[in-house]
Amino acid sequence: MSAQAATAGLAGEEEATPRGQGSDGPAPVRIVVAYGFWIFLLSDIIMFSALFATYAVLSGQTARGPSGHDLFELRHVGIETVCLLFSSYTCGLGVLAIERRRLTFFYVSFALTFALGATFLGLELSEFVGLVARGAGPSRSAFLSAFFSLVGLHGAHVTAGLLWLGFMVAQTAARGPRDFVRRRLLCFSLFWHALDIIWVALLTLVYLMGAR
Amino acid sequence: MLGKLNWHAIPFDQPIPMAAALLVVVTILAVLSLVTWKGWWPYLWREWLTSVDHKRIGVMYVLLALVLLLRGFMDAIMMRSQLAIAAGGAQGYLPPEHYDQIFSAHGTIMIFFMAMPFMVGLMNFVVPLQLGVRDVAFPVLNAISFWLTASGALLVNISLVVGEFARTGWLAYPPLSELQFSPGVGVDYYLWALQISGIGTLLAGINMVTTILKLRAPGMGYMRMPVFCWTALCSSMLIVAAFPVLTATFGMLLLDRYVGMHFFTNDGGGNFMMYINLIWIWGHPEVYILALPAFGIFSEVIATFSGKPLFGYRSMVLATLAICVLSFMVWLHHFFTMGAGADVNAVFGIASMIIAIPTGVKLFNWLFTLYRGRIRFEVPVLWAIGFMVTFAIGGMTGVLQAVPPADFVLHNSLFLVAHFHNVIIGSVVFGAMAGYYYWFPKAFGFTLERRLGVVSFWCWLIGFYLAFMPLYALGLLGMTRRMQHYADLSWQPYLIVAEVGAVIILCGIVATVAQLVVSIRTRESRRDLGGDPWNGRTLEWSTSSPPPAYNFAVLPQVDSLDAFWAMKQRGPRRAAARYESIEVPRNSANGFVTAFFAVVTGFAMIWHIWWLAILGLVCAVLTLLAFGWVERVEQEVSGEQLANDERVRLRPMDPA
Repeated sequence: MSAQAATAGLAGEEEATPRGQGSDGPAPVRIVVAYGFWIFLLSDIIMFSALFATYAVLSGQTARGPSGHDLFELRHVGIETVCLLFSSYTCGLGVLAIERRRLTFFYVSFALTFALGATFLGLELSEFVGLVARGAGPSRSAFLSAFFSLVGLHGAHVTAGLLWLGFMVAQTAARGPRDFVRRRLLCFSLFWHALDIIWVALLTLVYLMGAR
Repeated sequence: MLGKLNWHAIPFDQPIPMAAALLVVVTILAVLSLVTWKGWWPYLWREWLTSVDHKRIGVMYVLLALVLLLRGFMDAIMMRSQLAIAAGGAQGYLPPEHYDQIFSAHGTIMIFFMAMPFMVGLMNFVVPLQLGVRDVAFPVLNAISFWLTASGALLVNISLVVGEFARTGWLAYPPLSELQFSPGVGVDYYLWALQISGIGTLLAGINMVTTILKLRAPGMGYMRMPVFCWTALCSSMLIVAAFPVLTATFGMLLLDRYVGMHFFTNDGGGNFMMYINLIWIWGHPEVYILALPAFGIFSEVIATFSGKPLFGYRSMVLATLAICVLSFMVWLHHFFTMGAGADVNAVFGIASMIIAIPTGVKLFNWLFTLYRGRIRFEVPVLWAIGFMVTFAIGGMTGVLQAVPPADFVLHNSLFLVAHFHNVIIGSVVFGAMAGYYYWFPKAFGFTLERRLGVVSFWCWLIGFYLAFMPLYALGLLGMTRRMQHYADLSWQPYLIVAEVGAVIILCGIVATVAQLVVSIRTRESRRDLGGDPWNGRTLEWSTSSPPPAYNFAVLPQVDSLDAFWAMKQRGPRRAAARYESIEVPRNSANGFVTAFFAVVTGFAMIWHIWWLAILGLVCAVLTLLAFGWVERVEQEVSGEQLANDERVRLRPMDPA
């Protein structure tokens, strides 16, 4: 092989973007970053699945304490769900806006995302505080340990997401919609949507099935 | 102010732990003062501590593994000496609470801080070179991964000096590891060290999967990847799929211990068998996370030194993938005695036996590669052949234990201990040693001394058989694992033989250290100028030894399996190249600084120093954010500069 052939091969006739899948050479940065982040999300979902499995095993172990039927208020949870799902929608709009370089639209969408996410978190905290006040804290029974850990882990992810969101808005303001900023916003929106998917599973398995 | 920490944490009253602690402290101080005295700090900081070069990080991983091999082996030989004398009325020299810490530390260190860093380090060093690319997908993340692993190792070794280590075995089963039965800081050291290093390993796995699937030289389709890359891919996919479960499981045990939850406790509705299930859902894939890269190393070594392409490349890839999938379906065979019932046990027993089939395919592929090859008996080939014999025996005793009724007899006996040392030393340690010798010249530009390598191999092989074959017999005689002394005097001769075996392995380790020293001293006479000391087949041998920071000035064009071999067959190695500017990653202190705060946070959590834990965590997050604020993580090397560098670098490689 001559190195010239290699160089020529790289600059090749057909200019299709390499995706790193077959034999067309390394993928561009945007694809590599998004792909790596997908793998991370996958691992995160596996971590949740371990807690879901634990919850499934321990949900009946109430140690003669309150069960989900006694504790869950579906109206409260319904509002939480609406907030989170809408925040995902506004987050998606924000990413579309930044791709079109419409900064004002982006800031408004992300401000809404933040507000909805924070509302969700506030409602979740108020639920937790209420439970603890009723003597149904995480150390009451195995069921409540599993409940608080699973829902709390999701809440911790939302908190981290809000921090990240704030950071990204600041970075966009300081640096403008450059390539690396838009890559990170893409990852953030993937993260935020993944939290939605987990919440839907959580809503079904924990609240809807537990409140019966 | 300082939580549970006070002067009683340092074992002044116990001579053996105190001596060990002093040894650690003195060694660390000696190294630090040598570095200071010689004025090496700027060099170390610039070239290693802040390096994001995958080759440097790989070398640091392997160095960490070798140092921790010494630590883990000290634990091993202390246990063997204790059991060689503690028969009948004799209690030996280690009290039970100390002995329990030693076997826990031995297992934890050997798996998490010796075997894992060794394999991850070799993958890190080799995979981008074999793929013909310039670095891993996320170089800074790679550095963070390494430093988090090192942080965990540091915490485990701090436990030697300040406080104590877990007395619960290497997997810390509850309810023993719960606060009620282990109120000390030992289990907390274990949990925080493994949480921190586990995050590092997970990030390394994500990085490696992305690298292999998205960054390959032009022309390198999946079925042209070297087998080591395939095994690294499967191993990394297992890391991504298994380590989050470990994090979640340890997280739950931490919640039990710190905030009084009831996941695995006896009371409050907890279920400790949940822990055993979860930990082995991580633990069984972990075995293959370690073994698959070793299989990959043997594949490379055997093909290279037989002068033949690997026999059955496709079946090798398929077998690797099959093992990768099956490894998630057998976890229950670690506790048939749980009482899941005959049907469940039968399913898992059969699934476990099925894994022997793809493994057998691999073994035959290696044998057929050797068959009629022009074998050069270099040191890596010795390790490979030693592996094939040893691993076959270990595999057979494994299939034996996959039979549930037999397992009821052998469970928790020394037979089991012999079995897993048989497979893990046989594959992972032998593979790591083969890979270390094989790729050392690529990393440093000179070969290792051969004779001491041969000595090391024979000491390890003979020592291994002497140390572990008696354990099979003892297991059948009824000796259980983790005993500090025993009443049955007829066991003692076996344990004395095992002790002799451990001493012979010690000779092997001494030979390895001596080999390194001798090789460095005589390096001028063993320079690898051509970059291809073994007449290799894969792309890492097509660049110089050591490679430049950017690995390849021009990415190689791949058009077959064994790409470099095909290039050599086709004739002249290099034509005049046209260099274009490339981007290389800049150094970053992100990994080192983040890991420093991770150690602070972990240590503070272990000793319940809450303010420090919060401070450490906030600082770690701020570090990540501050580094995330910086845009330029790469710098450009211009085409002219590249051309100049290449002229200098390639001069010794082209005799003509």
